[in-house]
Amino acid sequence: MARSSSKDAQDLFRALWSAYAATPTNLKIIDLYVLFAVFTALIQVVYMALVGSFPFNSFLSGVLSCVGTAVLAVCLRIQVNKENKEFKDLAPERAFADFVLCNLVLHLVIMNFLG
Amino acid sequence: MARKLGQLLALLFSVSICGAVTIPGPVSDAHRSAASELFDGSFSSLEDAYEALRVFEILAVGNKPDVSAATCQKVVENLGPSSLVKDLFYALKVNSILKCKVNGGVFKDVASRLKAAVNDASTLVDMYYSIGSLVLTKDQASDVDVLLTDADGTFHSIKALSQSDGRWRYSSDNPESSTYAAGLALEALAGVVSLASSEIDQSRVNTVKNDILKLFDSIEKYDDGTFYFDEKFVGGREHQGSLSTTSSVVRGVTAFAAVTSGKINVCWDKILGLAKFFLGIGIPGDAKDFFNQVESLALLENNRQLYGDISLFFFFLFIDTLISSSTPANLSNTMYLGFLLVVTCCQNPVLMSENSVRVTTVFGSAAPPLTVNLVRAVRTDAKDSAIIENKELQYDKKNGIHVLEVFPDNADVGAYVFVFEIVLDEPAGEKVYATGGQIHVPIFVTGIIKVSNAEIAVVDSDLGSVENQKTLDLAGNDVVSFSANHLQKLRFSFQLTTPHGHTFKPHQAFFNLRHETKREHIFVVGNTGKKFEIILDFLGLVEKFYYLSGRYDIELTVGDAAMENSFLRPLGHVDLDLPEAPEKVARLPPLPVDPYSRYGPKAEITHLFRAPEKRPPQKLSLTFLSLTLLPFIGFLVGVLRLGVNLKNFPSSAVPATYAILFHLGVAAVLLLYVLFWLKLDLFTTLKTLGLLGAFLMFVGHRILSHLASTSSKLKSA
Repeated sequence: MARSSSKDAQDLFRALWSAYAATPTNLKIIDLYVLFAVFTALIQVVYMALVGSFPFNSFLSGVLSCVGTAVLAVCLRIQVNKENKEFKDLAPERAFADFVLCNLVLHLVIMNFLG
Repeated sequence: MARKLGQLLALLFSVSICGAVTIPGPVSDAHRSAASELFDGSFSSLEDAYEALRVFEILAVGNKPDVSAATCQKVVENLGPSSLVKDLFYALKVNSILKCKVNGGVFKDVASRLKAAVNDASTLVDMYYSIGSLVLTKDQASDVDVLLTDADGTFHSIKALSQSDGRWRYSSDNPESSTYAAGLALEALAGVVSLASSEIDQSRVNTVKNDILKLFDSIEKYDDGTFYFDEKFVGGREHQGSLSTTSSVVRGVTAFAAVTSGKINVCWDKILGLAKFFLGIGIPGDAKDFFNQVESLALLENNRQLYGDISLFFFFLFIDTLISSSTPANLSNTMYLGFLLVVTCCQNPVLMSENSVRVTTVFGSAAPPLTVNLVRAVRTDAKDSAIIENKELQYDKKNGIHVLEVFPDNADVGAYVFVFEIVLDEPAGEKVYATGGQIHVPIFVTGIIKVSNAEIAVVDSDLGSVENQKTLDLAGNDVVSFSANHLQKLRFSFQLTTPHGHTFKPHQAFFNLRHETKREHIFVVGNTGKKFEIILDFLGLVEKFYYLSGRYDIELTVGDAAMENSFLRPLGHVDLDLPEAPEKVARLPPLPVDPYSRYGPKAEITHLFRAPEKRPPQKLSLTFLSLTLLPFIGFLVGVLRLGVNLKNFPSSAVPATYAILFHLGVAAVLLLYVLFWLKLDLFTTLKTLGLLGAFLMFVGHRILSHLASTSSKLKSA
């Protein structure tokens, strides 16, 4: 029984991985970027858990910058994905320009809040 | 023999009392010596020199410093063509006293300058100085022509500044009116009248007289009949105190009265009140005040036009301490009152053996022959029955005093009012001297009050039984000691009798309990009929005493102005046993703090700073910093593995530059953010960001549209 469930898990994982391999490279880059942002946030949370939240604003701004940029990257991915019917008419460059602009604004706010 | 001794002792005693009371005296030798000290010869300006010289002149001071040489030099300098009108004025004033040697031609130049100045003057002060200087020039150089051609015009321009209440303004653009200015204006108008080449219209002079009367309507007074002038608007630019203002008005009014015919009907009691005001100052410590006082008194004394047909010479009646001839009861003088009475205290005690009165003028010189009548003497609390009526005081020619020979025996200790009247011997003198009605002088007859039958007892309040009673001899030194608790009462009584045997009610009778902690409780001892008694019920006083048990010192204070043996005597102590203070009772009020301790150093304040937060060790923070960079490295590695390339980078020049600029722009913005975090402020950042952002937008738009067009071309192709 256990053997079959672990085998099922492995099969499931392999199937997911092969399906994922089919995605276009630019989307994979964006996914990687999101993962990077999330990991950075996690490390910051672990640090805060260790040493306490004394300059709380700094912690918040650090975490929120990661989360924010991840969210913006997800939006970019949605807009750039060719299979997404909703954004068919939107040029990917335009989406990228929005991404860059929003990131710059986010980071200005973050820097101000960082203290 | 004993009587005489008693008299002499009483004399000396009363002399000591008399020294303690301050009474305005006439101008005396004390004034003269003060004048020599104040005006010591070092004059910083001609104004000060003039004030000093005038004071010496009026008081006829003997040993004045000789400064004529240096001052005359200053005078000659200031009579030159380049001096200000004010300096010219004071130079001429000084010259009128010192009579320096001045060239005749100088006066001619001065006169012509002044006449031009009179015409040009726009403010009251300028007009005052220029007209005053012209009047002085006229007195000092009789050959020079100083008459004003347009006297009417000058008169009118000064009069134009007057206000409806008799005050004057300083200039036409200054709305504040001032009493001091009124004095200046009146002097200036007097000058104009005396310098007019043709007679000034009489109706104009009369309007000025009315102004003077209106000014006198606004005079202020104190309760003892002193009158004075003061400014209504305090704190103005030219504000003068009441002494300067009053003397300015006196100068102006006397000057104007001197040049006009007819009389100015000012109430004579106001004039007398003004004299009282000046004398009431005593000996001023400031040079200017001294000058103002002395000059105003001299002007008032010598001016005949102010009050009707009678000119006023001020008489000062001195009342000395009076001593009874029979009993030890003494009369002590109080203060001078009545209008022209100045009290001198006997320089020579032997002379003043009985009630005596001295009459002099304001400057201390002798009065004409007159008689002083004591119209009546009454007790203040029994005004109907007089103890003396219509007694004439005998004149002691040798010493120049009027003496009341016999003092009635039935005068008991207490407060009296003596009413005096001055009658001139020569009836023709009435035209020259003014004496005035009745003079009320309060006199205290003092004596030794007998304190007797003093009893102090602790009484049980329920039963009324006396637990402990002691009689005290208050004349001696005995003290008592008691102990009491809060259920008992303390009773204290005594009697006061005058030498004539009547009951005496003093001004003060206080019974004082003081605790060890220096907290005092004062009670007034009331009297019923013959006896003074106080009963302290401790049950009701427990709260007042703050529930403090312990030893309380007792003191008795009895005092009165007519009582010669007023005393403050410790009577002993009482040990009070009061119940404990209940919880709710408020804390004891703090003891009265020594009022000077507030100026001492204060308690040190220790600041409690907020303890700084604990920070993690630096190594841990640095470890995590490097850990944070790990995902970024992971990202780069993953991206490389995915096969990222720069194939889409435009090859042709223009788009390439745009692409590079775009990347540079983004990098610049991120660098700006780093700088913002490190040291810039938000405003600078926003400004720079605006510029960079605009640039970035432009460049980004170009490159991305280029890329978009390239890819769409690829798609369509």
